[in-house]
Order: sequence, then structure tokens, then C-alpha cells
Amino acid sequence: MNAANNSASGVGLVVRGLRKSFEDQEVLKGVDFAVQPGEIFVIMGPSGSGKSVLLKHLIALETPNAGEILINSEPVSAPETAAKYRMALVFQSGALLNSLTVGENVGLYLTEHRLKTPEEIQQIVVDKLAAVGLKDVVDKMPADLSGGMKKRVAIARALVIEPQLILYDEPTSELDPLSSVVVGEEILRLNQRTGVTSVVVTHDRDLAFGVADRMAVMGDGKILIIGTPDEVNNCKDPEVQSFLHADFKRESKNKKL
Amino acid sequence: MFRNIGEIVLLFWRVLRALPHAWRQRQKVFDQFFEIGNASLLMVCVLSFFIGAVFALQTGPALAQHSLSSAVGGVVGFAIARELAPIMMAILIAGRIGSAMAAEIGSMRVYQEIDALRTMNINPIDYLVLPRVLAMVVALPMLVIFAILVGWFGGAVVANYNQQLEIPFAAFFADMKDFVVLKDVGNGVFKSFCFAIIIGVVSCHQGLTTIGGPRGIGRSVTKAVVNSIVLIVIFDYLITLLLSIFLK
Ligand SMILES: Nc1ncnc2c1ncn2[C@@H]1O[C@H](COP(=O)(O)OP(=O)(O)O)[C@@H](O)[C@H]1O
Ligand SMILES: [Mg+2]
Repeated sequence: MNAANNSASGVGLVVRGLRKSFEDQEVLKGVDFAVQPGEIFVIMGPSGSGKSVLLKHLIALETPNAGEILINSEPVSAPETAAKYRMALVFQSGALLNSLTVGENVGLYLTEHRLKTPEEIQQIVVDKLAAVGLKDVVDKMPADLSGGMKKRVAIARALVIEPQLILYDEPTSELDPLSSVVVGEEILRLNQRTGVTSVVVTHDRDLAFGVADRMAVMGDGKILIIGTPDEVNNCKDPEVQSFLHADFKRESKNKKL
Repeated sequence: MFRNIGEIVLLFWRVLRALPHAWRQRQKVFDQFFEIGNASLLMVCVLSFFIGAVFALQTGPALAQHSLSSAVGGVVGFAIARELAPIMMAILIAGRIGSAMAAEIGSMRVYQEIDALRTMNINPIDYLVLPRVLAMVVALPMLVIFAILVGWFGGAVVANYNQQLEIPFAAFFADMKDFVVLKDVGNGVFKSFCFAIIIGVVSCHQGLTTIGGPRGIGRSVTKAVVNSIVLIVIFDYLITLLLSIFLK
């Protein structure tokens, strides 16, 4: 959080009265929250509650029906904002370009914008892949990777942008527990190293409570509660409680043993 | 399909405005160009040979019966250069390359690869559409010139070996030269240039607007091919009409 004063690092994010409908289905029903520069903000909530749609709005891939999204007080949809601030979204599916190799995917931003020489790009690609615990995959095609590997490549691709705002859509779903830890550590390390403002959407309670400065729980297109991990954990709202503490009921079986 | 015409024109306009970025994308234009050539050259060869051959077979004996054998070369040469080669090649390329473009861009759309490009500030028009349309605009006219030559040869072979005709190669091409001028070939090439724009823009538009998951890709491919062909045939008439008015 202390890197936040550095002008090159994290941006502030404000969401006000955000509403979005697809045809007759209202997916976001008035969402408000603010994320401080350099903060790690976790959003939890059941499937279909509109988390992915919300993230797409935050990076201007969707346009809201009502409400506004501000990046350092500037509307995210304005072309100047996209040019001024570096933002990245790690898609739930990875969304790697299937016609390019892993290395070309990770270096794509630098290659297309001519920001570095090919040799420099190659070095950066190897470094960023190593940061997410991948090696010897540079020349593979995305189709030859497992779901979890694709997701880590997608994180490496986002790291290359050196973002000031990074959005993770379920970064540890499809990952084995060990890789989840690597990803969680990378989320923390990137935040500490660069002060990037991070929004993490996840079902993974270990990840959520492990990285969050503050968190929110969503249900059915609305935010049910926002607070520190302790505040959320101690929240009395039954909907929040049932989501946070959902577990298989093994008691009856255990009693018999 | 006519509901989409506005969107298609808009996409064409955006491609025109992206033209200054063409030099930056030259590598992708070359890649697409060679892909088009690779995928279609053999088919173009076979198809245009037989089109020339069957056209000579249909018209030749009828003309010969009215002692007009000396017109066979001219009629075959004229029809192939002005009409048959441009339209048949356009339909072939719409089916072979337009479909592939719609499928590729459609799957990129469905699997959020285009969204990923946008988050990296990479314009999908510059990155995907411009190289494909440019490659098509260069490749199709070249394929049509090639098809015209092969088609003429196909006609000449039939004229030479058909029992009712037996027009020697030299005579066939001499007759053709008296009747067909460079303008006729230019006419066909100009048409194919317009058809190339139609195929490129319609197929990319269809790909970009794919919805409904993987099943939507199949729908997009079908629509890209059908809409391209319908527009090609309509524009064939309009261009022929305009050229006949303005180029006497
Ligand atoms: N492009 C779209 N068109 C129509 N409906 C959509 C679209 N994107 C998402 N939805 C709907 O919005 C709801 C929320 O989706 P999503 O944000 O993906 O949920 P999650 O919280 O699991 O990420 C779902 O019911 C989904 O069907
Ligand atoms: Mg989701």
C-alpha cells in the first residue's frame, strides 16, 4: 500500500450506481464501491451473480445502462483514459489468442505497440512466465496447455503491461492447490512491488482472505456487504454467512465413526 | 441480411480509415496473402480450366453450325475475361477463404480473444480486419488474371480437339485477339477488386458479430458465404451496368 504515492503506480477506482441489463434480464442492479490506489479488493459471490459482467465494465468492455466508473476521477470509457492508464483484465478462461504461441501471447502488447526490441521482449516474456511458475512453454500453442496453465499464462500476459489497475476473474479456479498458492503470492508480490490497484473476483475463500485488504460479497446483481476481511467474516447477514461458510455436511457420517 | 448492410458499410469505412496503419501490419498482410494463394491456387486452376472448356463446348458447335467457327475464340475469350472468371472465382473464394475468415474471427469473438485484444488497446480493425481485407483485395484480382489465362487455355483445348470444331490453337487465339482487347481483361479485374472488398468486409463483419457460443460460429460461416455471394451477384450487375454507361 505504501507504494501508492508513486505516480506510476496504482490508480483509484470508483463505481457509482452501476446498472446493466441484457435483453430483459437485469444483471447488475445498482453497484457502488470504491477502491483506493494500491489496494487489493476482493469480490466474492455465487455463480451468476454478475461478477464477470462487473469486471468487464471496469475495463470498458461493456457499457453500462446507468451509473459511472471513474479511474482517478476520469470516466473509464473516455478514449483518453485508456491511453493514459495501463489496465489489464485476466479473463476467467484465459482468453489467449489460439493462433499465437504462448510466448507471442505474453509479448503481444509490447510487440503490437512497438515498445521494446524483439530481444528485450523475449527476455521479458521468459521473466514474466517464470514469475507465475511456468518454464519451457514459450513455444507451445495455447491448445496444448491445461486450463490452469492457460490461466497462469494469461496472468503473465497481464504482468507484461505493468498495469496500474489489474482485474483478476477467478484466477485460481481450475488450479491445483500448489499453483493456487503461486498465483496468490504473485498477486500479493505484484501489488507490493508496483502498488498496482487489484480487484480479485474469486470463490476461493483461502485466496480471498489471504490477499484482501478489503472485500465485498455480491448476490444477485447487488453488493451485500463491503468491509475488511474481519468485518465481512463477522457479518450477520444470513445470505453472506451461508455463502462464506457453505460446506459439505459430513457431521452425521463423522459421528458414526 | 439487409439489416446488416449499414453495419457492413460502417466496417468498410473503418477499414478505409485504418489504411494508414497498413504498413505497420504488412507482415500480417503477407501472411494472409500467402494463405489465400496456398489454399486456392490449385482449385482456381482446375475450376477455370473446366469453365473455359465447358463454355467452348456449349457455344462452339452452335456457332460452327452457322459457319461462325471464327467467332469461337472471341466469344470464349470475351465471356471468360469479363464475366465467368471474375464471378466464379469470387464465389469460389467466398466459399473457401471468406468462410475461413468468418470462422476464425468468430471463434476469436466467442472465446473472448477479441475482448482480450481490446483490453491491450489493440484495435481489432487494425489487427484482424485490415490485413485480411487488404490481402483479399490484392490476391483475388491476381487469381482472376490467372483464371482468365487458364480459362482461355481450357477453351482452346476443347476448340482444338472437339470433332465438330477442330480449330487450331493459333487460329483460336488469333480470332480471340481480333475481338478481345485489354479493356475486357481490365474490366474483369476491376470487378474482382470490388468482389474482394465485399468478401473481406462481409466475412470479417460476420465473424466480429458472432453470438451464441460455439454454435454461433457455424451460423456466422454460413451467413458470411451466402451474404457474400448474394452481394457479389447483385454488384456484378450494377458494376457491369455502370461500366457499360461510362466506358463505351
Ligand atoms: N453478453 C451477455 N449477454 C447476455 N447475458 C449475459 C451476458 N454476459 C453475462 N450474461 C448473464 O449475466 C449473468 C451474470 O453472469 P456473470 O457475470 O458471468 O456471472 P458470474 O458472477 O458467475 O461471473 C448470467 O446470468 C449470464 O447469463
Ligand atoms: Mg464469472
